[in-house]
Amino acid sequence: MSGAATLRFAVPGSVLVGGMMLVRLGCGVLLALLLLAARPQAWAAEEEAYGYPFTDPYEATVLGTPTAYRADLPKQVPKQDLWLEIFPDRKVPELFWYNEKLNVSVVRQRHKAPLIFNIAGTGAGQNSMLMQMMERAFYKGGFHVISLPSPTHPNFIAAASETQVPGPLMSDARDLYRVMQKAYAAVADSIEVSEFYVTGYSLGAADAAFVSYIDATEKIFDFQKVLLINPPVSLYDSVDILDYMIDFIPGGPENFGAFFNSLLQKFGEVYSRTDSLDFSGDFLYEVYKATKPTDQPLKALIGISFRLSSSSILFTSDVLTHSGVVVGPATRLSSTDDLTPYFKVSTRLGFLDYIDDLVLPYQQRSDPKATLQDLIEVNSLHYLDGYLRSNKKIGLMGNADDIILADGEFDYLADVFAGPRSKLYPIGGHCGNMPYTQNVADMVAFFKGEWGQ
Amino acid sequence: MRIDAALRRAIPSLLLVLLLPACAATREPSAYSAENPPPKYTLESFGLEDETLTIDVYDPLEPANRAIYKFNAMFDRAIFLPVTDLYAFLTPTFVQERVTDFFSNLTELETFANSILQGKFERASRALVRFCVNSTIGLAGLFDPMTALGTHQQREDLGQTLGVWGVGDGPYLVLPIFGPSNLRDTTGLIGDYAAYQAVDPFGLASFEDDHPEMTVLRVLDKRLTTKFRYYQTGTPFEYDMVRLLYTSWRRIEIEY
Repeated sequence: MSGAATLRFAVPGSVLVGGMMLVRLGCGVLLALLLLAARPQAWAAEEEAYGYPFTDPYEATVLGTPTAYRADLPKQVPKQDLWLEIFPDRKVPELFWYNEKLNVSVVRQRHKAPLIFNIAGTGAGQNSMLMQMMERAFYKGGFHVISLPSPTHPNFIAAASETQVPGPLMSDARDLYRVMQKAYAAVADSIEVSEFYVTGYSLGAADAAFVSYIDATEKIFDFQKVLLINPPVSLYDSVDILDYMIDFIPGGPENFGAFFNSLLQKFGEVYSRTDSLDFSGDFLYEVYKATKPTDQPLKALIGISFRLSSSSILFTSDVLTHSGVVVGPATRLSSTDDLTPYFKVSTRLGFLDYIDDLVLPYQQRSDPKATLQDLIEVNSLHYLDGYLRSNKKIGLMGNADDIILADGEFDYLADVFAGPRSKLYPIGGHCGNMPYTQNVADMVAFFKGEWGQ
Repeated sequence: MRIDAALRRAIPSLLLVLLLPACAATREPSAYSAENPPPKYTLESFGLEDETLTIDVYDPLEPANRAIYKFNAMFDRAIFLPVTDLYAFLTPTFVQERVTDFFSNLTELETFANSILQGKFERASRALVRFCVNSTIGLAGLFDPMTALGTHQQREDLGQTLGVWGVGDGPYLVLPIFGPSNLRDTTGLIGDYAAYQAVDPFGLASFEDDHPEMTVLRVLDKRLTTKFRYYQTGTPFEYDMVRLLYTSWRRIEIEY
């Protein structure tokens, strides 16, 4: 889900956002207006007091937090990359030679301290921008950190997923729990841990909830604190919302080429007027200020970003399981083969197709009666309702305007995590406000046990 | 995305790449049969079999390019990054920044010449002023006071100049170690290198001939300041994405 929030390819993200202005509202005007009108007005005063700059959830989701509003964090932290062998007997196909071992990273304190496991959002690696930001924040706060890719990241699917069909939260959590043990074992000699915590953002937050649930019986880490940042409630609802956003490409998904070129063109115009060649950080914000985009291209961008993630998941899983969805079941691809045709086909399919063609058939192999409805029910925080309500060690950071939540889901989260164990922000979109000073202070304060004091 | 003017010593192998036989890349997935049944969804399912999409870039050497892409990623992981990390670990950040500024200052000459060739005189004068001030007040370019004064660097290279003159991209190429390029930009790279040798600023080109450690430093600085990491994008279609973005971005650089 953070595919939407994190434009992982720094340049392409910028390139894409560059031309938002050119693109004008076509269909979907009405819907955008309705969505805006539906935002609760009561928050207005709070929005101002909060101080995060974007009141539009789509702007927040795409643009994140401009430098002036970001928490001041160390530029470099003593970080070590680990390459873990999770299933020693597993043969990863040559096409995915680079994904044979799982890449996780560890940041150590020199003294005894709590260790935080951090889980990335949909399709994101352990090294995504948000993961690095959190790593720095937690390091500065005095914690050890082990950063883990999302179970939906191709590296994880190839190297660490037991089923190689990620998505179902309980089996993903079992995979994560196994990885956490291997990662900790790899560093245990060089790290002094007082207690263990777990967190994650977006899909990683839902993963963290399920990991915590498993740990409640397994007790290997006995997590003392668990923080969920911008979790989905029902995975299916969120995926449905994000899948649909690709339709906001003006003229429909078939018009991607024209949209891409117009964005590129606009980006070039802004680039030629700008002195700096640095595309990181605020360049995107500069482009935004110059172009004043409307919601429609922003939604299209979120949709494209999510589609790139979901097509990667679908293709990777299909190759590894020989399911014959986009690659012939007997076809064996190598690293010199032309993958472009598979890219074209995979990007025509959404996450819901992935569920229909890979996740559900996989479930039906062990339980022939399994239905889509069963999947929807178990892949939701509702499934852990009682556990989440009764375990006060689990905290929540949520945004009232989070775009991945369906009607009523934010209220549900506010109810489950009522009281001092939740921080609810009036704005921020999906993960857009995570690097904001107050949010960073809040996430560190949670693990220091300072909430509700 | 620009990985240029770095491994000058590798130029002979670049030429070799250009001579590689043009093995035609198949655009279709493997031929399907009873033993090799088709998948549920194919290009035909979406009427895409004859469509040229944004992701398509002229790439007749694709199998060779993909093999070199893999080689580059392996080299990066096994040698290039570990050595670069060691360099970053052993030298203070202050020293690293002086090295970066020093080599960056030398590219102003390239920008100056190419801006003139493109008729971009404002950009040419900016490059010249930057070079003069940074080479004197900035102590031979070890410091970059011009950026501090708000005059940022804008690069132009011979590949862009050729593009401005109407030379097309030519086939997409993945150069060993340098990374993504195309025939036009590779030609430009060689031309810029030849010009650098001829101009020999500060006598550095001659100095490098006897002191390969200077070239090593230049290469390490280049890798240190290039943020790209192979296979960190999280997509199995990274080759396609990099190819599209390199090509699109060069188009923009040429246009503006």
